[in-house]
Amino acid sequence: MLKVENLHASVDGTDILKGLNLTVNAGEVHAIMGPNGSGKSTLGHVLAGRPGYNVTAGTATFLGQDLFALETEERARLGLFLAFQYPVEIPGVSNMEFLKAAVDAQREQRGEKPIDAVSFMKTARETCKVVDLDPMFLKRGVNEGFSGGEKKRNELLQMMLLQPTLGILDETDSGLDIDALQVVARGVNSMRSPDRAFVMVTHYQRLLDFIEPDFVHVLAGGRIVRSGDKALALELEARGYAWLEEEVA
Amino acid sequence: MPDFMEQPLERAAAIAPPWLQDYMRAGRVRWEASSMPTRKTEQWRYTSLQSLQSAYAAAGDGAVVLADAGIDLPRFDAYRMVFINGHFSPAHSDSDVPAGVSIVRFADADATQAEQIRRYLGTAVGSDQPLFTALNDAAMAEGVFLDIEPRARIERPLHVVWVSGNQSEAFSINQRLLVHCGESSSASVIEHFAGARGEQQSFTNGVTELLLETDASLNHYRLHLEEADALHIGRVHARLDTRATLNTFHMALGSVLKRIDLVVDFIGQGSHCEANGVYLPRGNEHVDYHTCMEHRAPSCTSSETFRGIVGGEATAVFNGRIHIHPDAQKTKAELSNRNLLTSNRAEVNTKPELEIYADDVQCAHGATVAQLDDMSLHYLRSRGLSRADAQMMLSTGFINEVIDSIQCEVLRDYLQALLSQRFAQDPAMLGNVS
Repeated sequence: MLKVENLHASVDGTDILKGLNLTVNAGEVHAIMGPNGSGKSTLGHVLAGRPGYNVTAGTATFLGQDLFALETEERARLGLFLAFQYPVEIPGVSNMEFLKAAVDAQREQRGEKPIDAVSFMKTARETCKVVDLDPMFLKRGVNEGFSGGEKKRNELLQMMLLQPTLGILDETDSGLDIDALQVVARGVNSMRSPDRAFVMVTHYQRLLDFIEPDFVHVLAGGRIVRSGDKALALELEARGYAWLEEEVA
Repeated sequence: MPDFMEQPLERAAAIAPPWLQDYMRAGRVRWEASSMPTRKTEQWRYTSLQSLQSAYAAAGDGAVVLADAGIDLPRFDAYRMVFINGHFSPAHSDSDVPAGVSIVRFADADATQAEQIRRYLGTAVGSDQPLFTALNDAAMAEGVFLDIEPRARIERPLHVVWVSGNQSEAFSINQRLLVHCGESSSASVIEHFAGARGEQQSFTNGVTELLLETDASLNHYRLHLEEADALHIGRVHARLDTRATLNTFHMALGSVLKRIDLVVDFIGQGSHCEANGVYLPRGNEHVDYHTCMEHRAPSCTSSETFRGIVGGEATAVFNGRIHIHPDAQKTKAELSNRNLLTSNRAEVNTKPELEIYADDVQCAHGATVAQLDDMSLHYLRSRGLSRADAQMMLSTGFINEVIDSIQCEVLRDYLQALLSQRFAQDPAMLGNVS
């Protein structure tokens, strides 16, 4: 589904990713861990096409297409979804209006008509319940005045409504209490399917207690320096990252 | 003094009711004693009057084009009064005046009403008037007096529409709206300037006085939705007595020349004004808002939010003055002006002006000129919205934040639809400067 090869990327002239390789197949859940500043979040932003994140070498194919040749919205319409670590607040644009426009963009891609407003409202309200977000937040400006946890739940809400093929979660667990973490895990687990994959960028092993990954990768110095299964995450939890960074150096 | 208004002055004097003659003559004396502002006049630094002087050297009278002014007037659930090219149009106006309010055209006033009008007329704008208010006094061809009875609660808005319709000859309109809100009354007044698309060249000089007695509350809207060739210089001057509340909303599409002054005098303790506005010039249009909060009494509050989207080669001016007089202790005044530029050639001149002579006050102000936020744009696109759709959503949202403050629901819906339509028609209002 996703194949990243020898990816080099820079931000503001600083090289962050230095030869990253990653293959994600349908049905898999990958966890990407690593110390601060290792490039974890950069990977998500580069894949989603954030301006200012420049690919300097390497390739990425997603569902057979050259990902870097596509505009951000084309990637999204193809089924790539990034749950932002810091979702943007957009006052004046209602969350409902935004969600419907996003869903309609996907439908347009599939040659379908815009979704009927009433039935979409119903779906959105029901999904709010699943992610434990007061439906009142649908009427508010996008993420406007939302707490950290509410923003993360709103990201999850969007992912559940858009039903992407590949979900990239950028530190969705950071700043969440244990109840909120379980809500997120329930949401992601309910979406797991043989046709869909997830890449979870996380700093802590804790999330992986609730969403069991098929693969765990350690990112350090802009490259994946070790891959393994869930046991690797537990080892990192016990020993930290320093030993790996030293080993690589 | 500028002689380009000679004809309208003569004509207005000829048709004015006798009881108004001396008032108009006094205005004429002031008008003739004034000189035309230039770009060196601080108040007019960024707004040229060139188009006015050249186009209206021989300004004619607005002929009544009743049959087809070429525009669709929205039908709100409101009491409506329509004027076309400065002339009252009974055919487009309602006759069932709501209880609790008296609505009188100056021309129709009986002796008692005339006396009332004379009692209030000019009391908000005062005698130390700027040039165009003097002109309005002198050439007042059409005036409307709205008198809200004490304790009356007027639910239906009073919708006063000024249409400038197609006409080959240039014409000018000097109109006046005088609103008196009795003690503890509440009402909504919508001033709506509409214009037909086409060849028209009109100059409107519209002055509005809002007088709010103790505990009165007024929702006031001034909508400048005229097309590009309609020149407008206007003034809204409000006077708030004790604990009175004024919510005043302003909106201006651009035209070659559009200059609106809003002045609020807080003369009674504990009065409050919320003033919000949006302006959307494009092409080579120009919009200039000057607002002034004159805090003269203690414990009053004012809150102002104006936003503009400026595209093409358009220019916008926002000058927000807060003047806190020595007696106005415990004043709270806020002012925010944010502007979105959608082209490299667009220009905004924004200036907060604070003059504070009391020590126990809270005053906050801020002004920004920016482009659409890249991160917001990216966030929307990362959910599949096209760049154009994302830009539209952000621009509309920027304006909607202010539109949302409108309490009158039908009006809010009307303006939101109008804006969506305008944004959809004109991609230049959405462009991100790169």
